[in-house]
Amino acid sequence: MTSTARETVLGRIRDALALAGPGEVTVERAYRTGRTLPGRERLELLTGRLVDYRAGVRTCTADRTAEAIAEALRERGARRVGVPAGLDPAWLAAFDGEVRQDSADVPAPSLDALDGVVTASAVTCAETGTIFLDGSPDQGRRALSLVPDLHVCVVDLSSVVAGVPEAVARLVPERPTTLISGPSATSDIELERVEGVHGPRTLEVIVRTDA
Amino acid sequence: MSSPTGGGTFLGLPAVPSRPPYGTGNLRGDRAFPEAAREELGNDQLRRNLAKATRTIRGKRLAVTAELPDWEQLREAGAAIKTDTMNRLPELLEQLERKVTEHGGTVHWARDGVEANEIVTRLVQESGSDEVIKVKSMATQEIGLNEHLESRGITAHETDLAELIVQLAGDRPSHILVPAIHRNREEIRDIFRAGIPGVDPGLDAVPAHLAAAARAHLRKKFMTVPVAVSGANFGIAETGTLSVVESEGNGRMCLTLPRTLITVMGIEKVLPRYRDLEVFLQLLPRSSTGERMNPYTSMWTGVTPGDGPQEFHLVLLDNGRTAALADRIGREALNCIRCSACLNVCPVYERTGGHSYGSTYPGPIGAVLTPQLAGMDAAKNDPNSSLPYASSLCGACFDACPVKIDIPSLLVELRHQHTERSGTTAEKLVMRAAAAVMRRPALFTAAQRVTAAPGRLVAGRDEVVSRLPPPFDGWTDSRDLPAPPRQTFRSWLASEEGAATLREAAEEGRRDREGRAAGREDDDEEAR
Ligand code: SF4
Repeated sequence: MTSTARETVLGRIRDALALAGPGEVTVERAYRTGRTLPGRERLELLTGRLVDYRAGVRTCTADRTAEAIAEALRERGARRVGVPAGLDPAWLAAFDGEVRQDSADVPAPSLDALDGVVTASAVTCAETGTIFLDGSPDQGRRALSLVPDLHVCVVDLSSVVAGVPEAVARLVPERPTTLISGPSATSDIELERVEGVHGPRTLEVIVRTDA
Repeated sequence: MSSPTGGGTFLGLPAVPSRPPYGTGNLRGDRAFPEAAREELGNDQLRRNLAKATRTIRGKRLAVTAELPDWEQLREAGAAIKTDTMNRLPELLEQLERKVTEHGGTVHWARDGVEANEIVTRLVQESGSDEVIKVKSMATQEIGLNEHLESRGITAHETDLAELIVQLAGDRPSHILVPAIHRNREEIRDIFRAGIPGVDPGLDAVPAHLAAAARAHLRKKFMTVPVAVSGANFGIAETGTLSVVESEGNGRMCLTLPRTLITVMGIEKVLPRYRDLEVFLQLLPRSSTGERMNPYTSMWTGVTPGDGPQEFHLVLLDNGRTAALADRIGREALNCIRCSACLNVCPVYERTGGHSYGSTYPGPIGAVLTPQLAGMDAAKNDPNSSLPYASSLCGACFDACPVKIDIPSLLVELRHQHTERSGTTAEKLVMRAAAAVMRRPALFTAAQRVTAAPGRLVAGRDEVVSRLPPPFDGWTDSRDLPAPPRQTFRSWLASEEGAATLREAAEEGRRDREGRAAGREDDDEEAR
């Protein structure tokens, strides 16, 4: 049955195109691509966007990563924190709470018992304030950065690009990719914005300015 | 299952693809637009909510589209990529199928909604679950999947906040982006108190508290239900990557936590290259919610071991799309990325709301897409025949559309097709009169003015027309007036003014088609 439906649908499309003919078109990409911005401008742009989304944002140098993470977790009162298996253990050295390393067989309801999660990130788009996670070992599986209510995300300034085309060009399509622009939000009730529905209600971003 | 006609090339002659069977799915209301609109016009709450919503989103959209110096170039590229996609649809769908399969997914094809519903039902049954969690999806709404699952003993839990509100209220969505926009917070509180098991009976109407109640209710479902059903905003042929754009995180939950994921995607949602996302990830959020980027977008390719659902099914849905493709002008409606910008700028939508259109797809795009997908059946007095007239042809939708769909021209073409097919009937005249009134602000004003003088009816050729026919008799903000006696369409049509209006409408329609054929200047939408 399914193969019949396949042939039918493909046959219908060919018929439709034969009846009406193809549309005339050339795809021109006259929009901005390959933009570069100095580090300072990328940082400013990104910070402004994140604040606009009501995410927390702080900067540090790479040698202060552990302190910055510990500070963000402490401020939010997180005691039990999940990390992906590939995250540098030194990043949690200054945190005095409980650290749980994630693995694929940890069921999702257990993740719900975490106060927060710390991950790295793949790429970030400054113009839209969008962080891309791609499931690399230091970012972990998607459930890990989704279920806990606090996400502390480390962004290296060298991975921050100007616009969306520059960000998409850096992605590996086959990897499960999540774009995050601030904490989860809804405007479904009388268009009043409410932060935090199902995803993490709090997003803390740490930008490492020399990494 | 589907009709034998339009089943592909027979003896080398291309056949017009068949549309979904009449009476299936949610692409047709039970009455014509003017009649449905008349009732909605009496709903003050609806009109206030809508006016506020559309005004707010309009403002946000204009701000974030104006800040991109290359917005027009992005629109051009978006439109061109979509047209290119339609030209190459067979090869792109085959490529998508190949790539999804290579990455561990299974691809199914459905000629119509009935077939898609059966495929999804079978897959859910095979999983052993009698529940599914759902991400907001136009395609599954279009085919009535929830109702079908229900009939087979499977409970579908909508997880988008607005969809949940609509579902718990036994209601229908009224807007593409904010489906519960016709409800205010007090109504939502009552819906939650009545519909969410174990909810705090003291729940108040503060939006944050209502959202928290939904969060608590749905969290249990996310953690336990093993099957999710989603739609897709984009499907990339080159890589087999699917994408869902959302705000709340319910999408991420559904796409990540269950064991099995079933995605129902209209065949027109395919895009050729991964790179094309760089265009649409700019066009869609800015046009839709008026944000620079929506909070969350998920992209996945087949199955990833150790991360997310380990079983993935993609159902490719026709359901009238190939019939639309066979119409050289109408096929442009398939380029729609469902941003809802055209709804938010439409003066007719703002007054009548989404329910009047009787379809999953309301507003300007609904008025062209619905008849394209489901047809306008002349023999059945089809309510869809009235949709092309649900517009004043002001052009605001064209200017707002991120993929530059010329909705006014499509509407004119559909009116033309409808007129050709239905011959000279009373209905045709009524529709044309409706269109004529909607397009001219002076008549709106007249309608408002005369409503304030109740009781004066057309008595003869020399009398003044005191009431315009429905739905225009309600076209006023002075809702507290006593309802005057209502003149029927028929008697208005019989009047001198009715006849004159029809002549003008016919003349304007002709000029319009010629004018559009000769090319038209874009107006600044706020200057209309
Ligand atoms: S027709 Fe254009 S403006 Fe309307 S929903 Fe579709 S893409 Fe958006």
